[in-house]
Amino acid sequence: MILRLSQDLTERIRAHATQSYPYECCGALLGAEDGQGRQVQDLVPLDNQRQDSPRNRFLVRPEDVIRVDKAARARGLELLGWYHSHPDAPAKPSEFDREHAWPWYSYLIVSVEAAQPRRMASWRLTDDRSRFDAEEIAAQAGPNG
Amino acid sequence: MAVTVMIPTPLRPFAGSQSSVAVEASTVGEALDALSSRYEELRHHLFADGGRLRSFVNVYVNQEDIRNLQKDQTPLHDGDTIMIVPSIAGGDNRKE
Repeated sequence: MILRLSQDLTERIRAHATQSYPYECCGALLGAEDGQGRQVQDLVPLDNQRQDSPRNRFLVRPEDVIRVDKAARARGLELLGWYHSHPDAPAKPSEFDREHAWPWYSYLIVSVEAAQPRRMASWRLTDDRSRFDAEEIAAQAGPNG
Repeated sequence: MAVTVMIPTPLRPFAGSQSSVAVEASTVGEALDALSSRYEELRHHLFADGGRLRSFVNVYVNQEDIRNLQKDQTPLHDGDTIMIVPSIAGGDNRKE
């Protein structure tokens, strides 16, 4: 599976992650699936609802999931997955990520070290929930791929 | 009671690609069990070891969160709609 992402959207995710540092940021990935994978067409930055532990936890409440999904459908888009940051930690899913993940969604993680965005990687939970498989990110030139 | 369970997008591949499933049940717990019995691959995405609903699985009956009702014992009536809605959570490996 390939997740296609324009340079503009990549920079928006990295900017959100940098602005949120040293806390985790989060947001939704909207777009469409096609024969070649998934095309991310827009983002919805969200407020991290884990006010008690924002340095290493993020939460999107169900009412926000409903709202974002409804807004995506109104635009003819699909809620493809979620992005979040790992401040001073690698762009790899943690055990906590795995325990709380949903199948099907793309989980894009960006590592931020000393307020600088670093590696970005995307992941999909396996059907048996045992691990994440890496999802290739195809960077695209131009604003919307 | 004849009720409809709305399936969120991430679980549809495990429910025959359906966005909703009709089940017969008297309580929310029975409905989710009926759903998971029909589509066994759903079970471990909905329930943790020990059979409890995973913390990030939110269930609504007619748009009311079952945590504000009688949880899995919430009674159902003909025509009720049950919605399964994700919370999205994660973070790095450091302890809270």
